[in-house]
Amino acid sequence: MKPAYDVIVIGGGPAGSMAARYAAGRGASVALFEKDREVGVPVRCAEGVSHAGLAAVVENIPSRWIAQKITGAVLHAPSGAEVPLHTDQIGYILHRKIFDYDLAQMAAAAGVAIFTRAHVTGLIMEQGRTAGVVVDHLGERRRIEARLVIAADGVESRAARWAGLATRTALADMESCAQATIGGYQGDPEMLHFYFSRSMAPGGYLWIFPKGNGMANVGLGISASAGGERSPHDYLEAFLARFFPGASILGRVCGGVPCSNTLKELAADGLMVVGDAAHQANPLTGGGIVTGMIAGRIAGETAAEAVAAGRSDRETLRRYPKAWLAGEGGKQAQFYRLRKFVFSLGDEDYDALARSVLRIPVEKRTILSIMKSALLHKPSLLLDAVKLFT
Amino acid sequence: MTNKMKHNQDRCDFCGVCVGVCPHDAIELREAELIVDDERCTRCGQCVQACPIHALEVNDEAGV
Ligand SMILES: Cc1cc2nc3c(=O)[nH]c(=O)nc-3n(C[C@H](O)[C@H](O)[C@H](O)COP(=O)(O)OP(=O)(O)OC[C@H]3O[C@@H](n4cnc5c(N)ncnc54)[C@H](O)[C@@H]3O)c2cc1C
Ligand code: SF4
Ligand code: SF4
Repeated sequence: MKPAYDVIVIGGGPAGSMAARYAAGRGASVALFEKDREVGVPVRCAEGVSHAGLAAVVENIPSRWIAQKITGAVLHAPSGAEVPLHTDQIGYILHRKIFDYDLAQMAAAAGVAIFTRAHVTGLIMEQGRTAGVVVDHLGERRRIEARLVIAADGVESRAARWAGLATRTALADMESCAQATIGGYQGDPEMLHFYFSRSMAPGGYLWIFPKGNGMANVGLGISASAGGERSPHDYLEAFLARFFPGASILGRVCGGVPCSNTLKELAADGLMVVGDAAHQANPLTGGGIVTGMIAGRIAGETAAEAVAAGRSDRETLRRYPKAWLAGEGGKQAQFYRLRKFVFSLGDEDYDALARSVLRIPVEKRTILSIMKSALLHKPSLLLDAVKLFT
Repeated sequence: MTNKMKHNQDRCDFCGVCVGVCPHDAIELREAELIVDDERCTRCGQCVQACPIHALEVNDEAGV
């Protein structure tokens, strides 16, 4: 470990690895610090991505990343009604451990120095500007200087807070999740399942994502303000007992996704924040792999340019929030409003919606047509929907 | 260590959701260790609500 780098990235998830890789790719000296023993472990994720989303952020998609190809989805209403969706979109359930390792390796190949068991416990601040980090590495505390720090420290992010950015997640916007990977799954391996029900997952939804080889990720998220006496773990136990009684459980994880609008400020003097730490996951679906990678790439490129120009003030770093908002980030506000709408519905609303969507012929039953049906329930959503789907 | 909060180490998954919602940056999460800073914690209970497996509790026994 050197005493100073141009850029230090905190966190070895998809957002951090992309940021590090693109900063190093443009000539900056870069170190990445990951607090855990390994990057990508434990996997706190259902591992689903769309082909189009992933193809937009990586040059090619190696087959070793893919646990299962996905070709369809079924929505389940509280009444038990099933609504198969038409989709010409292909998706994947990833092996996220392999995926995260490979993204880190791509960063290493670009010249990034990666350290695991390297827990960042503070920032070095100089006149209000971030100038490095304090890191506990294998039992030794060190101060490492940097011209720029990128906080990619996920849902548990604290680093950007230390630099004065408001990254705390409001309780209602935190999707609190529990997931089990089960064996002996006998459903269609190419089909995703989503269950919407206030009684089964208040302020969120349940999912079944097949992983191939008879395995499936079965999990749920609820709004952290909605659970009360019952935890996501309790809701998951109830779901498993009902739909998969006696199933063998190969793995269990807890986790959470900040599902708010993107942070108002993504950069401070000497620091940028990316990925879940920046609340960049889609607030409706909780999907944050691809969005974090998009933001990571922009932030990495911005960092390298800033280093080359010898400046790291907030104004210089503004290229990053600008480019984020001009692309993927521009949709966040609408998705956030849709989140609030979808999760404000009661079980009768979901049932009514399922009935009206089932009247649409299956080949026309796209997310867009479902939104149209939802609009009949609440016409004020029209503006958001038009912006999102046109 | 903490007095204000009770943390069930055996139940905890070290997922960091509590850290993300704490308004006072009072929780430090290591790879498999969680420490609540009593100086900062106000016992607001938000971490308790957010925890996916209810591994945290406000400690009613400790004096305020
Ligand atoms: C149950 C569940 C299911 C999900 N399913 C999906 C899905 O199907 N599809 C999808 O797209 N998204 C899904 N997500 C969301 C997705 O997992 C995240 O959006 C994504 O991992 C965010 O990437 P990231 O790089 O921002 O953060 P992370 O992947 O969380 O990486 C952050 C890293 O920073 C490290 N770190 C934290 N603090 C420090 C520190 N102080 N010092 C050093 N290192 C530190 C952490 O150990 C971690 O490795 C799911 C999330 C959950 C919880
Ligand atoms: S939210 Fe609960 S399970 Fe997760 S780290 Fe905090 S106490 Fe542990
Ligand atoms: S009770 Fe409130 S202040 Fe104390 S650790 Fe939990 S969230 Fe933070």
